[in-house]
Amino acid sequence: MFVSYWAGTAYRFNDLKELMAKATPRRSGDVLAGVAAGSAEENVAAKMALADLPLKRFLNEALVPYETDDVTRLIMDRHDAAAFAPVSHMTVGEFRDWLLSDEASSEALTRLAPGLVPEMAAAVSKIMRNQDLVLAARKCRVVTRFRDTIGLEGRMSVRVQPNHPTDDKRGIAASTIDGLMYGCGDAVIGINPASDNVGAITDLIVMLDEIIRRFEIPTQSCILTHVTTTIEAVRRGAPVDLVFQSIGGTQGVNDSFGVTLAMLKEGREAALSLKRGTVGDNVMYFETGQGSALSADAHHGVDQQTLEARAYAVAREFKPLLVNTVVGFIGPEYLYDGKEIIRAGLEDHFCGKVLGVPMGCDICYTNHAEADQDDMDVLLMMLGAAGVNFIMGIPGADDIMLNYQSTSFHDQLYLREVLGLKRAPEFEAWLQKVGLADDRGRLRPEQASHPLLEHGRRIAA
Amino acid sequence: MTSNETWDALRRFTEARIGLGRSGSAMPTGEVLKFSMAHAKARDAVLTAIDWVPVEAGLAALGLKSIRIESAVADRDSYLRRPDLGRRLSPASRERLAAHAGGKPDLLIIVGDGLSSKAVAANAVPTIAALLPHVARNGWSLGPILLASQARVALGDEAGEFMGARCVAMLIGERPGLSSPDSLGAYLTFAPKVGRKDAERNCISNIRSGGLSHEEAAFKKAWLLKEALRRGLTGVDLKDESNFALEQQPPPAAITAV
Repeated sequence: MFVSYWAGTAYRFNDLKELMAKATPRRSGDVLAGVAAGSAEENVAAKMALADLPLKRFLNEALVPYETDDVTRLIMDRHDAAAFAPVSHMTVGEFRDWLLSDEASSEALTRLAPGLVPEMAAAVSKIMRNQDLVLAARKCRVVTRFRDTIGLEGRMSVRVQPNHPTDDKRGIAASTIDGLMYGCGDAVIGINPASDNVGAITDLIVMLDEIIRRFEIPTQSCILTHVTTTIEAVRRGAPVDLVFQSIGGTQGVNDSFGVTLAMLKEGREAALSLKRGTVGDNVMYFETGQGSALSADAHHGVDQQTLEARAYAVAREFKPLLVNTVVGFIGPEYLYDGKEIIRAGLEDHFCGKVLGVPMGCDICYTNHAEADQDDMDVLLMMLGAAGVNFIMGIPGADDIMLNYQSTSFHDQLYLREVLGLKRAPEFEAWLQKVGLADDRGRLRPEQASHPLLEHGRRIAA
Repeated sequence: MTSNETWDALRRFTEARIGLGRSGSAMPTGEVLKFSMAHAKARDAVLTAIDWVPVEAGLAALGLKSIRIESAVADRDSYLRRPDLGRRLSPASRERLAAHAGGKPDLLIIVGDGLSSKAVAANAVPTIAALLPHVARNGWSLGPILLASQARVALGDEAGEFMGARCVAMLIGERPGLSSPDSLGAYLTFAPKVGRKDAERNCISNIRSGGLSHEEAAFKKAWLLKEALRRGLTGVDLKDESNFALEQQPPPAAITAV
């Protein structure tokens, strides 16, 4: 039982997960799950009670049972008590104050990450304002490598997402060329395939590999298909760079994706066996998003934001190159409008970073959500300021395969211009070498004779 | 060839918004406005209610009987906020279906409005028409076609279980995209029952003009159904390898006239 008092009124919360859920800024998914605070006042009272809670409490009380959930076991068994020591005496409220202080330097935060469990990150985020989430995340540095270096200070990478509704290879190549010519693609060239056919997947892997090799691009490819399909592609000899999987914060949601921790380990080992990275061996690409556990009926009465943070504990176990919260994709029953999507994007990015995960964000919305491009501009700007590792780049922001709107090639140019963000250093050097950008990283005017456009003409011929 | 001519040539292979050019870092004015109009149309499409009359007529012309059912959702706003209710039959629908239950068909086809009534209007009847020859060739028994309003994919679990179907195919309007407000998805679930997980289904998406043709969707669906009935499962353990059986690769996506 948790009680908080304000002006003579007592507010009671039965257990830790009720306290966490009711302290969460309002969103439709928690209302749908029946765990949200009943009033604005109850929401703030829960925040007050949560602020007084010792961080240690989260090591002694699991929100999802240890015995029946392998994500909880992963979190508890991997906890690094020595790393936790510097903040082990703090309450959640004191932890917020510390995170925002000069004492919480980039180095201190890096050392702390293995000492935090996701529930601590989620708890403190619930009592942080949007600006706090930006400021604290901005100090966290999570750097990963495969063929280039992602996550360095003052830099932001972009995934080229050249999806096509029927996996037409010429259509995918056209969107890829377009993205590269806007200076995108240093995070990954990553396709969401329409098919889960191993033969079709292998064809796409080979096609991207040919583009990367032909133009000597310091980047990596990924086909976002089920981990077992990628493992099968490796077995068939496909040139796989990164292994993809959607993951969630409970064993049940991972079950619903048809994935186990053992499968993720097998997938990672399959990619590592190919030794295709040149500057590092981060070979996993994960996607997550608030609401997936409720959608799979595997939420255990825990709020969606806390469960999302738990997914990052799954991610960090496998040393990923990229972790992407696809924040607005899931729809209005979980995040109703632009305000809820913006808040969730900032929470996810902060929680991932403070836990040591290389967070990017698919700044996005669907056509059945109460949101539009202006809302995305706000989240884009705030995540740019927060030091997001990568965002998506999609022709004209319109994904014609997944039917939603994300960020465009133009959006990343805008952010670079306003905030002075650079690309991954290896990729920045490549853009200069092939004449697409000048020595300050500014795009040059499009040249009809550029080899990438020549390649486009060969494809079209 | 100029840049613009190159992009025009490449646009034959994709509806993606490629080669837009830029105003400084930003999108040119015309493209910003075109995008806004597409979004406005998609928003309007989500909120438009389905008209079943032409669908019923189309099915009747194919000699198929149809029955209207509804989920437990009352209106569009609660449909968007309460997917749990969209997965359950209304009590009235269960009563209506009771008269037809127990036939234990090999395949129960449900057409659901989902998030795009336009997708259903344009693609449901042609997809079913393309599937019928496969049904006849394989000797599968077919239940009455259920036309489901305010439906989520998993509504097929309860309806399929209630009807005793071996397999249920839910043809449903997908969330509309800017360039494709009329895309139909087809979900196949073996041994439908309440509580089935998404990993226990196979999905064929983007069935529409400019996407997957009705014929190819029917071919894939029939291949999956045959394998599902033979192996007694659907989902991640059933990989779509139907292309391996195809003598020819599918033709490239058709160009949609503007």
